[in-house]
Amino acid sequence: MTDFSSALGGLGAMFAYTFVQRALLVGLLVSICAALLGTSLVLKRYSMIGDGLSHVGFGSLAVATALGAAPLAVALPVTVVAAFLLLRLTEQGKLKGDAAIALLSASAVAIGVFVISMTTGMNTDVDNFLFGSILALNEGDVVLSSVLCAVVLVLFVLFYNRIFAVTFDEVHAQASGIRTGLYSSLLAVLTAFTIVVGMRMMGALLISSLVVFPVLSAMCLRGSFKAVTVLAACLSVACYLIGIMTSFMLATPTGASIVIINLCAYLVCRASLWARGRVRRT
Amino acid sequence: MSVLLTCTDVTFSYEGRPAVTDLCFTLERGDYLCVVGENGSGKSTLVKGLLGLMRPSKGTMAFDPAFDCRRIGYVPQQSSAQRNFPASVTEIVLSGLLGHKRFFSFYSAADRARARDILATLDLDNLHKRSFGELSGGQQQRVLLARALCGRADGLELLVLDEPMSGLDPHIKTGLYELVRALNSEQGITVCMVTHDVNTAVGYASKMLLLSTHQEFFGSTHEFQHNPLGRDLMRDSCGGHCAVCGVGVGGRDD
Repeated sequence: MTDFSSALGGLGAMFAYTFVQRALLVGLLVSICAALLGTSLVLKRYSMIGDGLSHVGFGSLAVATALGAAPLAVALPVTVVAAFLLLRLTEQGKLKGDAAIALLSASAVAIGVFVISMTTGMNTDVDNFLFGSILALNEGDVVLSSVLCAVVLVLFVLFYNRIFAVTFDEVHAQASGIRTGLYSSLLAVLTAFTIVVGMRMMGALLISSLVVFPVLSAMCLRGSFKAVTVLAACLSVACYLIGIMTSFMLATPTGASIVIINLCAYLVCRASLWARGRVRRT
Repeated sequence: MSVLLTCTDVTFSYEGRPAVTDLCFTLERGDYLCVVGENGSGKSTLVKGLLGLMRPSKGTMAFDPAFDCRRIGYVPQQSSAQRNFPASVTEIVLSGLLGHKRFFSFYSAADRARARDILATLDLDNLHKRSFGELSGGQQQRVLLARALCGRADGLELLVLDEPMSGLDPHIKTGLYELVRALNSEQGITVCMVTHDVNTAVGYASKMLLLSTHQEFFGSTHEFQHNPLGRDLMRDSCGGHCAVCGVGVGGRDD
């Protein structure tokens, strides 16, 4: 009982810190964006685009740090350009999607590491880019993530049916007169923003999990696009909250804790799917 | 019957490389045209041209000026990603209406009623809440057909199907062919179907178009069955052991 009370007291104290409040707000907003965008990306089999863009984000943040420039001012435009490039390379069939991502992400990381080794060397900033730190977030991140989340939510409410049509069957949507290129580009740009904002908290190596895990978990539980989209956003928020509290209580890295909670949620959802299949068969 | 589409010396190219050449055929209202040929012969490229997704690099492809191109329904080839897609049957059928909606697209009660009517017509009304991924291959194809039919309240004029029978069991294929034939004969919808299943197709189509990166044959199904190219293709498809091709190994008609 005493342990439980002290744990609750510890959680209460955690929310009193300004940096934790910022991390909570930014994290919740990024979780919602990542899950909503992730629904379309995962179902279009572009799951790895998040991973590729996070590596590009890492490379550009590293270069910005080495040159003493504002990290977001460099990372955002570079990652957006990379997102467009990935889409074009994949759509035009000049490279297979996975090969294009591998090419871009390895090149970006190599450039980042090369520039850093020539200048500042591997320091705490670079380490934070790789594995994330909630201390890295500032007021600007709160504003940026709020605007991003508002844009993504408005996009999904107003264009939900078209996003569904483009995700389910791009050729049919195109034949129906829907400007599929516009929607794909919009999704790519918003994903690039989400990755850059979220990676400083989650780390370049882990941010793509926010795009993929909640959607995979939701797909185990629900069979309609609307239900999967809503459930993925809810699961993403829940896993983020549990993850950050776990991280605080066990003094573990935030990004890794959130990913492990997401993994546990996925395994539970998968087990539930398997159990339902067994019940149906018997 | 009036002419719906005239193709004159049409060539489609990708980045300067011709995918299919010398297309010269006419599609009349009420026709049931089956396009056959090997993989890579340009069948799906022709479909893209019909849908306006690709322009001929040479020649002309002209629809009747009175024809409203928005009255084309399209049933695409299914991708492997689609087969397990988490979407309800109603969501998919309703998405057929989006081409005619304004920028901000919400479905009205009338749209939902129309989707229900179409589902009932295709005997899918009991599946409207089911997930697409849970359906059988035949049911999935019927759902995609329902989406195509849902597109126009005043009815379709042309239905384009790109290999709708791929991966289906023979008895399911027959049901789907019958369904398309009913749409053709009862509702007067002109049909253009791309298929590999030449021996079944000749039982339903009124005209055949054989491609092999260029046009090898165009004519009535009867002419196709008596043309050496048609007979060879039918014999190759079934190994000479089916009643439909009627040529047998060694060639009864040879």
